[in-house]
Amino acid sequence: MRASRPKVALAAVAVAALAVAGCAESDRDDSSGGSKKDTLVFGVAGDPKVLDPSFASDGESLRVARQVFETLVRPEEGGTKVTPGLAETWTPDAAGTTWTFKLRSGVKFHDGTEFNAEAVCKNFDRWYNAKGLMQSPDVTPYWQDVMGGFAKNESADLPPSLFKSCTAKDATTVDLAFTRVSSKIPAALMLPSFSMHSPTALEKYDASNVGGTAEDIKYPAYATAHPTGTGPFKFKSWDVANKTLTIERNEDYAGTKAKLKTLIYKTISDENARKQALRSGDIQGYDLVGPADVEPLKGEGFNVLTRPAFNILYLGINQKGNPKLADVKVRQAIAHALNRQALVDSKLPPGAKVADNFMPDTVEGWNGDVTKYNYDPAKAKALLAEAGATNLTLRFHYPTEVTRPYMPNPKDIFELLSADLKAVGINVQAIPLKWSPDYLNATTSGAKHDLHFLGWTGDYGDAYNFIGTMFDRKKDEWGFDNAALFAQFQDADTTADAAARTEKYKALNKAIMDFLPGVPVSHSPPAIVFGKDVTGVKASPLTDERFSTAEFKS
Amino acid sequence: MFRFIVRRLLQLIPTLFGLSLLLFIWLRRLPGGPETAILGERGTPEMRAQIRRNMGLDEPILVQYGRFVRRLIRLDLGTSTSTKRTVVTEFVERFPGTVELSITAMLIAIGVGIPLGYLAARRRGRMLDHLSVGGSLIGICIPVFFLAYVLKAIFAENLGWFPASGRQDPTLGATRITNFFVLDGIMTREWDAAADALWHLVLPAVALASIPLAIIVRITRASVLEVLNEDFVRTAEAKGLTESTVRRRHVLRNSMLPVVTSIGLLTGGLLSGAVLTETVFAFSGIGAFIYEAISQRDYPVLMGFILIIAVVYVLVNLLVDLSYSLIDPRVRVR
Repeated sequence: MRASRPKVALAAVAVAALAVAGCAESDRDDSSGGSKKDTLVFGVAGDPKVLDPSFASDGESLRVARQVFETLVRPEEGGTKVTPGLAETWTPDAAGTTWTFKLRSGVKFHDGTEFNAEAVCKNFDRWYNAKGLMQSPDVTPYWQDVMGGFAKNESADLPPSLFKSCTAKDATTVDLAFTRVSSKIPAALMLPSFSMHSPTALEKYDASNVGGTAEDIKYPAYATAHPTGTGPFKFKSWDVANKTLTIERNEDYAGTKAKLKTLIYKTISDENARKQALRSGDIQGYDLVGPADVEPLKGEGFNVLTRPAFNILYLGINQKGNPKLADVKVRQAIAHALNRQALVDSKLPPGAKVADNFMPDTVEGWNGDVTKYNYDPAKAKALLAEAGATNLTLRFHYPTEVTRPYMPNPKDIFELLSADLKAVGINVQAIPLKWSPDYLNATTSGAKHDLHFLGWTGDYGDAYNFIGTMFDRKKDEWGFDNAALFAQFQDADTTADAAARTEKYKALNKAIMDFLPGVPVSHSPPAIVFGKDVTGVKASPLTDERFSTAEFKS
Repeated sequence: MFRFIVRRLLQLIPTLFGLSLLLFIWLRRLPGGPETAILGERGTPEMRAQIRRNMGLDEPILVQYGRFVRRLIRLDLGTSTSTKRTVVTEFVERFPGTVELSITAMLIAIGVGIPLGYLAARRRGRMLDHLSVGGSLIGICIPVFFLAYVLKAIFAENLGWFPASGRQDPTLGATRITNFFVLDGIMTREWDAAADALWHLVLPAVALASIPLAIIVRITRASVLEVLNEDFVRTAEAKGLTESTVRRRHVLRNSMLPVVTSIGLLTGGLLSGAVLTETVFAFSGIGAFIYEAISQRDYPVLMGFILIIAVVYVLVNLLVDLSYSLIDPRVRVR
């Protein structure tokens, strides 16, 4: 009697399974996967791109860096003010170009290396002396954003460096010297890109050796597998195949140790899928909550935290697009035509506000005393008639397939704003484009657009980081050339005295709202959510939430 | 046999060149480029221009293509512009997930489809027949991603029977060897990890199986009906053979040829379904990564992945052709 084929096949599979079973070593440590109560799985929208924050500009890379690394100064918990980090105090000299930092003592990096003034200088010298591909704008974006250039610029496009030198006075005293006064210092040093790395690990894993060719940049091992900071968590593993990155408690942390033993970031790119994963218990928290989900999730008992709004959504007007837009009356007409309050009430999450400046009121230099453009369709029509622009047709670009903290639902926003414009007699030609890369290309370069909306989330609490990035020089996005305004920016940025500088930014905000290059629309508070039994995290406007205080209610 | 295989493999070369050239031109003609995706809303036109120069994107397309081909000959597929890791590394890490998912989906489609198609044919015109034909029509018409969403909403979100995302519970800290999670679990005897990986496969595999299952049911049914009317079946029955012998030896074996052909083609088609299924279930595979690469304009990843997939597709179909001769001795491979 022959065995029938299916049985033979089954037997073969069973034999094969037994044959491979145990033929490899398990490297699992039995402590993980034990109690779930000290392990938090947190859903994020994308994989981190790189583990060395010196090379990062994307939110997901910086999110991991914020728990693993520390900076000299850091934002206060839940705010934007500069407070002590690895430095206890920082004072400028009389000229305002050299800052003396007093460091905390007794701090060690994850690899046991001591943190001291010398380590600080090793870090700054590494960035400042970057060579070759490390000078590419996509490799060191934030260094270039804040400091401009390097010790030896290899490209004519790079400006001279703001950073000049670092001097270790003694173990806990370090001087950072700059080529000129800048309002960015010290606030910009809160950015995770200026995190302190272990000099030993930098050397061991060849951290500055950005290799490959310009079209094939290859990060060194340090940036892909060995980030070594002083933070409350240390890097454990990055499991690309499972889209998870694991960090664990740093048992030798100098401050208050983390309550969680393990923190796992799990990538779920779709917003709705993150919500479903939270509900099904796959994850115990996630970021970038859809505005429409805030109330339902609260109702179900999840801990939804609303971050203070630290962003701006604006309507961009390109004066090179339609020649009529170079007439300030037409721009004023557009501003008066928009019912921004209705937009905030109907389309933005609870807590959103209409914007009167191109920056939120939590930043020094915000000015409540600027020209305001209330909703007044009759006035808008009158202004258009005055400017001889009664039959205006404008190409209005809006992005698809994207949500940003400042614009949760671009299509809805577009529909409201374009209806407002049509109501005062402006013809709108709708041009929807995919956010990345089409929309960003079309609206920030060239002159084929008239209106678009875009926004900005602040990196740190500094006026220049908002209005300076938008209006301090000629840009294709706006298509105007206003030498007086550019000079005013230059003057404000190089004012050493903080109080005087704040006044100058107030004046700038007034000048901008008179010139009206675009219309500030709103500030939206983004939300982050945690499981019903997770407590201890305070929302931060800079998305600098501290997970070291997170814990499960028992 | 040997010559047949070699000839088929040699045919791959011109196919790949043609495909890569078309792909290359098409990708570069899409508006925007990786520089915008990399810099986001923070990029100035000058920064974007510099990155384009760095990446050699400012040169004529054919010069760029020439460079790509020169590297391809050395089997160098370059580096992802968004992750800065080599395309080969990205593929090796993600391919096992997609293979695991596709095999599971195909096993479901074959294991349910063939018996169902056979029974529908045997009970032609009865309730079961109408149900399977109607059901398969629905299966073909429902978009895979929609089915994936519905399955997830019901069985993961509301009932909580299955996980809603990923390939494995990350808190297990399972050992990675081949990145085939089920196999890794068996190899290391981490049985809980293997079972958990299987559990994660259920919903996405069912969603992905919907179209091949429907097609296999229909093809099997049609093919079995055809064979049932053949003279040799009547002869076998007349000889007094038992029904199960007739079924196995004569009907099923003879009706499998078109089914096997379709399985080969459907396996290739699974990849397009995998793009959306993986995205919905946050399942780390090549499908989800291609989806991301398109929005990032990650040229090297798109080129590399699609070319590798083309090679795999050709190899799968070659295996299918070879298996004909095992099923039907009348088909001779020369």
